[in-house]
Amino acid sequence: MAIGVKVLKRPERQVSYVRATLKGLALTFKHMFETKVTMQYPEEKSTRDARGAWSLSPRWRGTHRMLTDEQGRSKCVACGLCPQICPANCIKLVPGEDEQGNRYPLIYEIDEFRCVFCGYCQEVCPEEAIHVGQHYENSEYSRSRFVYDLERLQSQPHAVSTLWDPTDPRGE
Amino acid sequence: MTPELKGFLLVSIVKLLVVFTVVMVGVALLTLLERKVSAWMQNRRGPNRAGWAGLLQPAADGLKNILKEETRPGASSRVLFLAAPAMAFIPALMLSAVIPFAAPLRLDFDFTLPLLGRFVHQGMMPMVVADIPAGFLFVLAISSMGIYGIALAGWSSNSKYSLMGGLRASAQMVSYEVAMGMSLIPVLLLTGDVSFSAVIREQQQTLWFVLPLFVSFFVFAVAGLAEINRLPFDLPEAESELTAGYHTEYSAMKFSMFFIAEYANMVTISAMMATLFLGGWDIPFTTWDESGTVLAVLVSHLFFFAKVFSWIFLIMWLRWTLPRFRYDQLMALGWKFMLPVALAYIMVIALALWGMGQLGWTAPGTRAWALTAVSLILGVIILVGLDRGAIVGGSDLRRRRLAAAAARTQLAGRPGAPGMD
Repeated sequence: MAIGVKVLKRPERQVSYVRATLKGLALTFKHMFETKVTMQYPEEKSTRDARGAWSLSPRWRGTHRMLTDEQGRSKCVACGLCPQICPANCIKLVPGEDEQGNRYPLIYEIDEFRCVFCGYCQEVCPEEAIHVGQHYENSEYSRSRFVYDLERLQSQPHAVSTLWDPTDPRGE
Repeated sequence: MTPELKGFLLVSIVKLLVVFTVVMVGVALLTLLERKVSAWMQNRRGPNRAGWAGLLQPAADGLKNILKEETRPGASSRVLFLAAPAMAFIPALMLSAVIPFAAPLRLDFDFTLPLLGRFVHQGMMPMVVADIPAGFLFVLAISSMGIYGIALAGWSSNSKYSLMGGLRASAQMVSYEVAMGMSLIPVLLLTGDVSFSAVIREQQQTLWFVLPLFVSFFVFAVAGLAEINRLPFDLPEAESELTAGYHTEYSAMKFSMFFIAEYANMVTISAMMATLFLGGWDIPFTTWDESGTVLAVLVSHLFFFAKVFSWIFLIMWLRWTLPRFRYDQLMALGWKFMLPVALAYIMVIALALWGMGQLGWTAPGTRAWALTAVSLILGVIILVGLDRGAIVGGSDLRRRRLAAAAARTQLAGRPGAPGMD
């Protein structure tokens, strides 16, 4: 898709100073009575519902979620692909195995400070277990709280993000 | 001390305290208003967190500025760096002392206090802290002292941005001071007096000077904007070019003092505008405002406030509408347009007054209406000329002339000229 460049035609001869000033003043005055566009943030928030410009994009990549199966166990099989692909090296995974030979994570930690929110972990995951989420309010009172462990990753309630689909580049 | 002198001192001190408080609080609220106006003009809401509709925002800003760390560049000139904010701040506040803010009040009292003795005041009390006979000459003198603060702040910071800001400020203010002073001479010619009370009396009897001296009004308005370094003439600050201009290196309360000075100057120039050209505290079409009752004083003050406030709003409105002048355009406008216009207008008014004297039109009303006709015609000619860019073409005019000259040379030299393919 070509980028449209707006070429402004500069007035060469019909320069006006006083009229242009008055026109500008009229414009700014008119703007004083228009609807305000400010979002009153802590009271109003970006949500997923369709509210025009203020809704969060479905492709927003925020802090992670680990999805769980029906028994409430994490879907992760500790295959090790996400720590492998992670460009920021922020995922710590120690695999374990139970008596039936099912693999599961003994330790699964994501350091949200190191994370660059590229979404590769979600893309690479064969079990659709780890996801980046549609969430942006991450404040904590201490640095250590930014290392999310498995329990925290599983209990995050926010929606997961939809990754970009090459066959449908515009999300239609 | 005589009882009369003590009475005078008492009312003066009361007026002083009231004016000082009102100006300081007003300036604080103006900083909020500026942010609100800018926000509204950009479809935003502006500060609305501190207090109802953000009314406590100035207090929060003040508290923050007092608590912040004072920094000083290592290579700065210590004494001047510390003195400069005060030197900008004091003249700005001094000016509020001489502007009459309401109709005179009839005040008679005679009482005795245990230790201080007897206080007496009789007759009309002018509602101004100091009703000095030098009037607007005092204002011109003191307002030009404000540039010392700015120029010295720029110089003593020992920073390139600050120095450029200070240099620009001094050049700009010196240039526009001339046009501003000249634009007030017609007021003097028409009134025959420089004191503010005389100017207001003359306007009460005839017309507000905005009509008979329209060109002066226009020149004073533009020069006034330039004097107080407000957009479109804010080259000393010019945040896109000079970071923050002359106060780049200032922090905390010292920075705040430059800010207060700027807004106090804005109040003063608006009050000057209201007093000299819009009739001061005069309520049009009635003489009731001179009765000296408390109610008349209050209502006339409301009128004065409304005039000052509309002018302040206009200054803010212009700021959020117009882009900044380029430096050469600023100088061209000052020296090649404002000054000649102001000088020529002095001649026109002097000649018109002399001519009317010869014709025997001496009634103040007749003179004012005749001058109104002359001024409005001149005003229209000047504004149309400005609009067409005939008066201040700036470098664009020069560029167009150069391009035309180059085209002519090219045409003349075409046959046989080498390398013209």
